[in-house]
This record gives sequence, structure tokens and C-alpha cells, in this order.
Amino acid sequence: MGNSGMFWALLGAATAAMLAGMGSSIGVGKAGQAAAGVCSEDPTKFSKVLIMQLLPGTQGIYGLLIAFITLSQTGILGGAGSEISLVKGLLYFAACLPMGLVGLSSGKRQGEAAVASIGLVAKKPDQFGKAMIFPAMVETYAILALLISILAIFGVGSLAI
Amino acid sequence: MAEQNYIYAVARIRAQELSLLNASFLDQLITSADEEAAVKMLEEHGWEESESVEEMLTSEQDKTWQLISELLGGDMSVFNVFLYEKDFHNLKAAIKETCTGGTHPGIYVAGGTLNPEDLERAIKERDFASLPENMRHVAEEATDVLLKTRDGQLCDCMVDRAALEAIHQATKHMSNELLALYGELRVATADMKIAVRGAKTGKSKEFLQTALAECDSISATALADAAANSMEAIYTYLESVGYSDAVEEMKKSPAAFEAWCDNIIIRKIRPQLYQPFGLGPLAAFILARDNEIKTVRIILSGKRNGFSEEYIRGRVRETYV
Repeated sequence: MGNSGMFWALLGAATAAMLAGMGSSIGVGKAGQAAAGVCSEDPTKFSKVLIMQLLPGTQGIYGLLIAFITLSQTGILGGAGSEISLVKGLLYFAACLPMGLVGLSSGKRQGEAAVASIGLVAKKPDQFGKAMIFPAMVETYAILALLISILAIFGVGSLAI
Repeated sequence: MAEQNYIYAVARIRAQELSLLNASFLDQLITSADEEAAVKMLEEHGWEESESVEEMLTSEQDKTWQLISELLGGDMSVFNVFLYEKDFHNLKAAIKETCTGGTHPGIYVAGGTLNPEDLERAIKERDFASLPENMRHVAEEATDVLLKTRDGQLCDCMVDRAALEAIHQATKHMSNELLALYGELRVATADMKIAVRGAKTGKSKEFLQTALAECDSISATALADAAANSMEAIYTYLESVGYSDAVEEMKKSPAAFEAWCDNIIIRKIRPQLYQPFGLGPLAAFILARDNEIKTVRIILSGKRNGFSEEYIRGRVRETYV
């Protein structure tokens, strides 16, 4: 039990990176299938559908950012890690959860919205701008979760517990 | 195949939908100078150049199935239900050829799920067990009826009913809602057509009962009773089971009713245009292409025979896009 706080903090960082990364990989994978389908019929739409495919990829980046901040705050990154109390470790873990869970869910959902928008671009390429907005709306919730996780991690860092 | 696996297929179908014929293109075809000009328009639109119109239409049908086969990785079993009518047509042809003797080239249609030669062999050798389960019983029964009575129409009715029952049974047990709806509507519209023709030609109740297939929305017995009675009785029965729009078209003209039978399916599948996942958009595309080819056949045949634009327009089906 000597440094179980550190374990929970690391688990939080890993959870944020893993879950958000999983969400993004599922979303980008789905959108990629649709993009490949459209390109096989009309290769000129490659650049448009590629942008759509990339949209669900941001959750993975946000998860990585949260993991970096957590590792940096706890001192794991850089090798200057000091002992963290169990309560503080658990708080770091809780702070990472919003990004992990919302990243997983929004990555999948954004991927599905991107698939539908790729279908729209396939039929009406001139509606590309509007088609971008539908999957981009899902991004809002990933950004909100990112914001809460960042605020919580910095907040926990400043607590003297 | 998991639902997600159709993402690629649906995206390709979305791109393919751009080449489907829309109402304004069909109108241009109708107003074209003659059949040759209409064929030229179709060729410019990307339809296969062929020596004859029939070849062109067959080649367009083949193109659809080639695409679907490519999208499903060669396993087309999920869409076999769309090919049952061809199989059962070939069964009728095999029974008649066997019972009447001799060979009649060109009686079989290509593109079914069963090889016509295998069907012919099974009927000739009375090896009914080698046929699919949904065909076995009717094949034996219809062969015996034709041999004993020489009544070709009765034989046709029995096989056609078996085809409808096979479609209904196959689609009913599928998890896909669109295919289930297609099965129900296909049988219901076929029953309505049989009932109307039966009533107009004065067919007996027994004959109608042999020809009509059971489905969820229509009771074959009740419809046979109504058809043996009068057209008014058919109208009353169909209105009571929710097909009052069909009755309206029946009252207009036989052509309007025939068009409604196809249009109702197209109207019901149209929401698949906005469905990004699943088997539905693929099934809808197959039906839309079939409908499109049928409509082009009507227009070209109308042009060939010199019918007026108005006459052709009255027979043209609604488009999917």
C-alpha cells in the first residue's frame, strides 16, 4: 500500500488514453470503410471523405493530452515522482474518467455521424460544409469532457492531501 | 455478417444511387422522338450499349447483381428471395417441358438461384427430394396435375402460389424489416392482382383458393370469397384490411392499379435513401434497379408500338430517387 496513490493516478492516465483511443479507432475505422466505399466509385472525392474520416480521431488526441498532464502532474513523466496519497491518487483517477468515458462514446458516435455525412458528400459534394457540421457537433461533448478533466487534474494537483 | 460490415457497401450504393434514373429523365425518355432516340439517351446516361433492347436490359440487370455480389463478397444468400420468382418460373418451364415432351430452347430465364438443367433433370427423373424444401411438394403436385389433367393454367397457379409462399416465408423469418415488408407487399399485391383478374374472368372460388397465397395483411380465403362474388366485394374486403388506396387505383384503370402495385413498394423502401448502415439500402437498391428496368421496358415498348406519350406516362412507375 506504500504508493497505491501513484497506481490509481497512473490507472487514470491509462484509462483516459485507452478509452478515448478506442473510441477514436472505432469511429475512424467506421468512417474509413465508408470513405473507401465512396472512393472506389468516385476517387475524386478522396480529400473530402478523408477529412470526414479524420473527425472522430480527435478523441484519441484528447485522451493522450489528459494522460500526459496526469503523468506530468504526478511526476511519473520525467522521473521525479514523489509519493502520492491514496485519496489523491483516486482523485486523479476520477479526474481522468470524463475524458476516457466520453471519448469512447463520442468517438463511436462521431464515427457513425461521419459515415452518414460521407454518404451525403457522395451524393451532394457541394454540401461538404454542411456535412462536416453534423459529425462536428458530437465533438462538443468530447471538448467539454476534456475541459472538465483538465480542470479537475490541475485542481487535484493543488490539493494538499 | 455484422451490421457494421455493410458500411462500405452502403457508401458504394450511395455513390451508385447517383446513376439511378429520376422522374425528369424518364419524362425525357417518354418525350423522345422514337425508341432509337430513347435508347441513345440511355446509352449516354451510362447504360450498356447492346445489339438489342432486351440485351441492354438484361445486361443492366446483370450489372446490379454483379455489384451486389462484389459488395457481399460473393455470398448472396441473403438476397436469394429476390430470385425465387425466377426459380419458380424455371420450375414451371421444366414441368411443362417434361410433361409435353420435346425440347423448347429459350424457355428458362437466367439469374435464378438454381440451375435450370438441375431442375429439368429432377422433374424428368421424379427426383423431387433433390429440390429445395419450398419447391419439393409443389413440384410433385404440379407435375401430377399437369400429367393427369393437362391443365397448364392450374399448374401455373399452383407454382406461382408456391413462389409467393416461399417469398413470404423466407422474408418473414429474416431479421431485416425491409425484406419482411417487401415479402408482405409482394404477396399482398400479387393476391390483389389475381383476385381482380379472377373476378373479371369469372373464376371459381376453388380456383381462386388454389391461386391465392396467405399473407399477414390479406386472408386468402376471404379474398377468394370476395373475388368469386364481385368486384364490389373485393373493394369492400380490401378497404376493410387497409388497402383503400389500392381500391382507388383499381377503380381508375387496370394500368393504374398495376402501377400502384410497384409504386407502393418503391414508396415503402424510399426511407432507405437516408439509412447509412445495414442491409436495407442494398435491398432497396436492387428493388429500385428492378423497378427502373421495368419502367424503361414499358417506355421503350410503348415507343416501339407508337403509343402516345400520355398513354405511356400512365404506365410509368415512380422512381426511387
